[in-house]
Amino acid sequence: MTERPSRILVVDDEPDVQPLFSQRMRRDIRAGRLELVFAQNGVEALEVLNRDPDIDMVVTDINMPQMDGLTLLEHIPNVDSDIRAIIISAYGDMKNIRTAMNRGAFDFVTKPLDFDDLRVTIDRTLNHLKEWRDALASRDQLVALQNELDIAHQMQQSILPTQFAKGDDWEIYASMEPARNVGGDFYDVVPLENGHVGITIADVSDKGVPSALFMMSTRTMLRGAAIGLSHPGQVLEEVNSLLQEGNDTGMFVTVFYGVYNPHNGELTYANGGHNPPLIVHPDGSSTILPMTGGIALGVVPEFEFSEATVRLSLGETAFLYTDGVTEAVNTDGEFFGLERLQDIFAGSPPEGPREANDAAFAAVHSFTGELPQTDDITCLALSRKERAS
Amino acid sequence: MPIESVREGGTLIARAEARIDGANAKAFQDELESVIERDDQAVILDLENLFYISSAGLRVILLTAKALQRQETEFAVCGLSDSVKEIFQISGFDKIIPMHATVDDAKKAL
Repeated sequence: MTERPSRILVVDDEPDVQPLFSQRMRRDIRAGRLELVFAQNGVEALEVLNRDPDIDMVVTDINMPQMDGLTLLEHIPNVDSDIRAIIISAYGDMKNIRTAMNRGAFDFVTKPLDFDDLRVTIDRTLNHLKEWRDALASRDQLVALQNELDIAHQMQQSILPTQFAKGDDWEIYASMEPARNVGGDFYDVVPLENGHVGITIADVSDKGVPSALFMMSTRTMLRGAAIGLSHPGQVLEEVNSLLQEGNDTGMFVTVFYGVYNPHNGELTYANGGHNPPLIVHPDGSSTILPMTGGIALGVVPEFEFSEATVRLSLGETAFLYTDGVTEAVNTDGEFFGLERLQDIFAGSPPEGPREANDAAFAAVHSFTGELPQTDDITCLALSRKERAS
Repeated sequence: MPIESVREGGTLIARAEARIDGANAKAFQDELESVIERDDQAVILDLENLFYISSAGLRVILLTAKALQRQETEFAVCGLSDSVKEIFQISGFDKIIPMHATVDDAKKAL
């Protein structure tokens, strides 16, 4: 890419300045490195600056009629704060030089003009300007990136249901606390045929915008498959092969998907490489749901996911979570771990799904203290209770 | 992250240490790619001194496994601590990546 010539506004009331500059700078002008624009005083200079947005720098004399160079310096930032100015002062005129520098001049040269020195000063100013602009551009990119992350954040939040299906003797509650950098957790609750309810908890590998997009498509595919297919194993199989297609990023998602049958309290599930949920019993003890020998989705092209069924007794809660819970770290570098999770309920069995969630989040928060949250934390609980009479 | 690696015959043995998570997964990937040669017959990733791997780290291992499969290089991991082994088992990665107790076991199995 060829860069446009740097454009310099020269401000001086001496009539011979224009031909002198043009003559001494002719090589740079001919080579397309520099372009010179001229003005006779500060007022004229401001007019030129307002008219011509491509001016990179100003070289100005101090003593001029109508508006002097020191006053001009004060006005330049109002036109464009990126324009750099060099002043030309009388030799040894430290008072004016100091004033000029205080008013934001980038550098100065003295009379009688030494054009070699002036060229060095101009080059240095232009180099500085280039670096300054590069720095601004990368800052802008950073801001744009941050905006993208914010959008991904909102996207992730907006797809999560906050109202949950419930029945006479069962209830669901779920919530997610996102990490500052976008993670890939999500949960879903989908009403199915015959009053059944599909529950999902999932975690996409890695973080950032790509994983947020991967999460969005996983969630859409899962919903579609859940409504069309009644077997959790088939649902995961279908989503797995869809995700695998054209996925050369190595991205994958761990998914636990279960179908709850409110008529008999049975939860039939398949596990695609996700942390196995807990069944919390009425006395607060808990058991880990047996794994079903699955694998994270998006890893292998074809995979048959086995299913298992567990029957929730009255007073039991199925507690689904992501590794943001068990892999939360405290100031000693310890993991929260499965044992601590089970301990939460051991002392006080949750009254319902919301209480189970709140207790888990509270325990993780007090464990990590002030440390920043590095991963999404997500919990989904399904409780079966005495039928409300 | 620095990966210590030695080559024995056509087998590259690379050691990952401490933890692989979102913060260093990219560096781990770059490092791994730079030490693996096209004509390596086998790559053994020794995880004996690794105490944690996040899903971002598993993703790098998956990408590596796939790349090695394409160039017909054998791949195995070994020395997994209980917690790292559990992460491999829960995610199902143990189904696609051979796991061994030690480097010697891995070499014998190749």
